[in-house]
Amino acid sequence: MTWLERLVLDLRAARARAYVRVVGTFREPQGVLLDAVFPNLGMCAFVLLYRSLGAPKSFEALAVVGGVMTTFWLNVLWGMGAQFFWEKQNGQLQLYFAAPCSRMAILGGMAVGGLAATVLRSLVGVALGVAVFHVRLAAFSPWWLAAVFVATMAALYALGMMLASLFLLYGREAWHTCNALTEPVFLLSGLYFPLRTLGAVGAVAAGLVPLALGVDALRQVLMGRAAHGLFPMRLEFAGLCALAGVLLVLARASLDHLERLSKREGRLTQRWQ
Amino acid sequence: MPAPEPIHAPAVETRGLRRVFGASRGAGEVVALDGVDLRIERGEVFGLLGPNGAGKTTCIKILNTLLFPTAGEARVAGFDVVREAGEIRRRIGLVSGGESSGYGVLTVRECLWMFSQFYGVPGAVSGPRIDELIAVVGLREQANTRINRLSTGQRQRMNFARGFVSDPEIMFLDEPTLGMDVNAARRLREFVLEWVRARPGRTVLLTTHYMAEADQMCDRIAIIDRGRVLACDTPAALRRSVQGGQHVEVEVRGEPGDDDLLAEVAGVRVAWGAPHPERGTLTLKFRLPDERVLGDVLRTLEDRGLAVQGLSTRETSLEDAFIRIVGRGLDDEEGS
Repeated sequence: MTWLERLVLDLRAARARAYVRVVGTFREPQGVLLDAVFPNLGMCAFVLLYRSLGAPKSFEALAVVGGVMTTFWLNVLWGMGAQFFWEKQNGQLQLYFAAPCSRMAILGGMAVGGLAATVLRSLVGVALGVAVFHVRLAAFSPWWLAAVFVATMAALYALGMMLASLFLLYGREAWHTCNALTEPVFLLSGLYFPLRTLGAVGAVAAGLVPLALGVDALRQVLMGRAAHGLFPMRLEFAGLCALAGVLLVLARASLDHLERLSKREGRLTQRWQ
Repeated sequence: MPAPEPIHAPAVETRGLRRVFGASRGAGEVVALDGVDLRIERGEVFGLLGPNGAGKTTCIKILNTLLFPTAGEARVAGFDVVREAGEIRRRIGLVSGGESSGYGVLTVRECLWMFSQFYGVPGAVSGPRIDELIAVVGLREQANTRINRLSTGQRQRMNFARGFVSDPEIMFLDEPTLGMDVNAARRLREFVLEWVRARPGRTVLLTTHYMAEADQMCDRIAIIDRGRVLACDTPAALRRSVQGGQHVEVEVRGEPGDDDLLAEVAGVRVAWGAPHPERGTLTLKFRLPDERVLGDVLRTLEDRGLAVQGLSTRETSLEDAFIRIVGRGLDDEEGS
């Protein structure tokens, strides 16, 4: 098989897997409602809290950006990290491992499809912020916004691709692992307050959790100085690009490790084992 | 540089294949395969028959590159299952009966298309092929129905079609008709045979719990138990390998006296009785190496005052051969 044939195969596999995500979004309207509206309720609560305390208007914008990014984190955690676990439970994972396409292509398809579906859901948060709460943003560069958003998503979904294998290796119910990770990451990412507030912990979190760095950088693009950024935005952008690369390599390595372990021990990817 | 195509290699070849599962949760080591030697030629429909836990599925998983062997060698289409898994995956298909595949939000057609893409099948090829497979498995009316609205049987049939969507060189069917209704199973068996006939060189490795299925479909059968191949031959040769000819059942009325009432008839190898209290009769089952001995048996029964109420004969079946070789039936627990 030439590299070109392999590339075409992997692109076809990624497109097919992304298709499931996108189609699934539109065929389950009640799911859209739950995924789009409920994560934004936390954001609404913080906006109302800041408003009732008479905090500066910039804090409301800060909470809206954090709330919008919440939808992506939930998708990464439940739709990427836990996905191989669900696939194993319904017997599908071994079909992926028996197929000739790359498992990274399947994970990539999941990521692209999940991202596309979640963008639609996150627009609900944007609409709530702009139309209901009338948050105001500084004049911003759309190019920087696009660049930082893409880098954040690349790092975030690469983390999800890595988690997909790690969840299976960890061997616990994905359900519990997702629950255990949700709130700590919310806190460490400073979703509803400036990351700088966490001090040294915030700096460490920025280096480990792409969501933290991404949210902080996006706030700086959209709000300027009012974002109370942790590091200069360009430095954070570079950090996000580096994280995306490192996490992709780690995702590949953990996937290979999972496959080797599965073949050696006869479990992990196979149902009931 | 692309790997060479070993076109003259057998479809499957294993030498001394061994797989041991490690001890876990207090259980000891389990030897699933213990030195399996197999050679399956291109174009064969080959059956792997064995009781539960014999090692059939482990063997299939190794050949599908889902498990490493602990020792020995396995090659599929001439490629090594450990070192050349990628080359093998392009050439094989796998259907496990009782499994379902796909996502509930997809329709049957979309699901089959998705799997065709994992094998890189171009759209112009996959479309007509999917239509054909949907017709074969009898899901034409459900082609645009979401999978989560299908019955269990319909999902199984879709799963069967899924395995063929890449038109593989070597197809692994692991209990493919498990739980299917009789008509659907028969249609799928016919499809497999036609699929092999219409595509010279295509190979099927089948594991099944249904003796008749193996007998009808397979060119050769390997009987496997406790991880070892006990016999490997054509179904006819396996039947012939069991000593004894016709199986006879005679229903008699009267008191047989002692259990060994046919011992004096030369050549009758097995004889035992099953009483029918509601009719006041007894069924004697035995095997005759030569049908001419049947007259002696009937005379002996008459001499003992037993009135023959009915008589039936049948040839040695694959199941008889299996029981003789393995020592128990397919569904019997070990030691029972």
